[in-house]
Amino acid sequence: MTALQGNMQPTYELEFERPLIRLEKQIEELEASMRAGGVDIGPEIRRLRESHTAMLRKIYEGLGPWNTVKVARHPGRPQTGDYLRLMFKEFTELHGDRHYGDDPAMITGFGRLGSHKVMLIAHQKGKDTKQRIACNFGMAHPEGYRKALLKMKLAEKFNVPVVTLIDTPGAYPGIGAEERGQAEAIAVNLREMSRLRVPIVSVIIGEGGSGGALGIGVSDRTAMMQYAWYSVISPEACAAILWKTGAEAEKAAEALKITAADNLKSGTVDEVIEEPLGGAHRNPAVAADRLEKWITQTIRELKRFKIENLMEKRFEKLRGLGDVTEAAGSRQT
Amino acid sequence: MAESAHSSPPGNNEPRATAGGASADAESPSTLVTARTWGDVTEPKRVTVPAGLWTRCPSCEAMLYQKTVEQNLFVCPDCQFHFRISAGERARQLCDQDSFEPMWDKLAAVDMLGFTDVKPYKDRLVSEQKKTRRPDAVVAGSGYIKGRRIVLACLDGQFMMGSMGCVVGEVVTRAIELATKENLPLVVVSCSGGARMQEGALSLMQMAKTSAALARLDAAGGLFISLLTDPTTGGVTASFAMLGDVIFAEPGALIGFAGPRVIANTVRQELPEGFQRSEHLLKKGFVDRVVHRHELRSEISRIIDFAGK
Repeated sequence: MTALQGNMQPTYELEFERPLIRLEKQIEELEASMRAGGVDIGPEIRRLRESHTAMLRKIYEGLGPWNTVKVARHPGRPQTGDYLRLMFKEFTELHGDRHYGDDPAMITGFGRLGSHKVMLIAHQKGKDTKQRIACNFGMAHPEGYRKALLKMKLAEKFNVPVVTLIDTPGAYPGIGAEERGQAEAIAVNLREMSRLRVPIVSVIIGEGGSGGALGIGVSDRTAMMQYAWYSVISPEACAAILWKTGAEAEKAAEALKITAADNLKSGTVDEVIEEPLGGAHRNPAVAADRLEKWITQTIRELKRFKIENLMEKRFEKLRGLGDVTEAAGSRQT
Repeated sequence: MAESAHSSPPGNNEPRATAGGASADAESPSTLVTARTWGDVTEPKRVTVPAGLWTRCPSCEAMLYQKTVEQNLFVCPDCQFHFRISAGERARQLCDQDSFEPMWDKLAAVDMLGFTDVKPYKDRLVSEQKKTRRPDAVVAGSGYIKGRRIVLACLDGQFMMGSMGCVVGEVVTRAIELATKENLPLVVVSCSGGARMQEGALSLMQMAKTSAALARLDAAGGLFISLLTDPTTGGVTASFAMLGDVIFAEPGALIGFAGPRVIANTVRQELPEGFQRSEHLLKKGFVDRVVHRHELRSEISRIIDFAGK
């Protein structure tokens, strides 16, 4: 296993989770005093635990779009490295893009998932500061997208299904990225993934930001983790353009309809994978278990199709995306 | 104006008026230098060719007789600066006289998200439709270039920055499909700020949709000539614009994935001069030719002939 394995950052607090954390501390203290003093305060602890669960449920049921974005970015949230560790029996990372260099923000390689051999293509964000900088915070360069395509073609050659895990705020916007053709790299991926002759399944596990996400996101089936976000642009960038200030990101997050439920409604994703109560960061193992089940079941389903039929369905799905009306009156050029 | 495509550029000895004229339209001549930002890009004043008798070239500041500029295909006769033009004007310029037949021009956007920023998307659509007198940011159809029949789609930078929502995605896809079915050369003229934020993730999906349609055109052996004009950025660049069999760019056009301001904020340094301009992309190997507006018709026809289409 060569992929990055992160350290959790237990000190990180989401603002809307503060009452929960207070309760957790209270429970911990009571437990400690019970161990020390021997006084039976079990019922009290049980009562606090119950109210903790109730509060957790309430907070996460009413989680707005902006708080969803915060959960999606929680440093304790499982990332590609965690899922590799928790789900894969075997993984052989393949680095080469054969053109320019290796991009640590994009991980590719053969792996075994359940009974399936798969080609994994995944964004990697990194957990601590050092990793994050090395991975450019999950923002891939053109060489990352080209490596992804090269490995997808390799999978096609040996008839291995492709699994992509998406977790990026967007493709990297920098001088080198532009000069090496960020737009061209993504565009070619879109075209080639639409006609790849093996099943492709994609899951947005955290952030699904714009072309950087779609660049490895054209698939037969796309799912979203319950508290991931997916949209045409990040809320901050949208706010900076439309409201002229990044401070309005919360409004932008609402306007863009970026949650899993919204994407399911618009048909931009096919399924939502439920996260453990209180988000994947509370229980990465359960999250990984559900993700693995969805992926293996979906691959099994897709393998039943003849590849020509599967590709036809993939095309029809893409072709059908969009909402227009024929009502416009003017005929003017 | 329809004839303009063939007319030779008129002499540039028009008087250089310094007083009177359309001085209100004058702008600072920063165009070809580095400091262009998204703020400039979305500024409608930059985008439109000013109405009136006189106009000032934003590049060399020459006072130009409006008619002269028009007859010169909206290129400054002095410094060759290419003015931004509407999609309708583009189609007229590229196609043989009166040969362009618009198609799919009744498609209009749906505000499926109920999107509101500082202004509701619904209202924005209405005012843009009024301003441009077209339902969305694209003009497409069939026409002839020097007698060769083509399918043409032009993005309209004057309609919400030429942004690609579901209408642009659908019309471009239909154009690709028509070209595939009829075995006709496809020419797409890009002029866009990218995917349209007001339609959320479905805008993003238009990138996948158009690219998938292009895969089919490609498989059928069809020819796709992509012309990049000022500006071509974001999701449009990262989909069909960069997938041309042959890619042309007009001189001095801003072409990129991220906008200059976003990049400047990321790298926290001033961007090199000419970065993200056509000529720079040519040097870096991402466009095939930088083509002057006067030469577009003959250069496109030549490629069609070489491809045997």
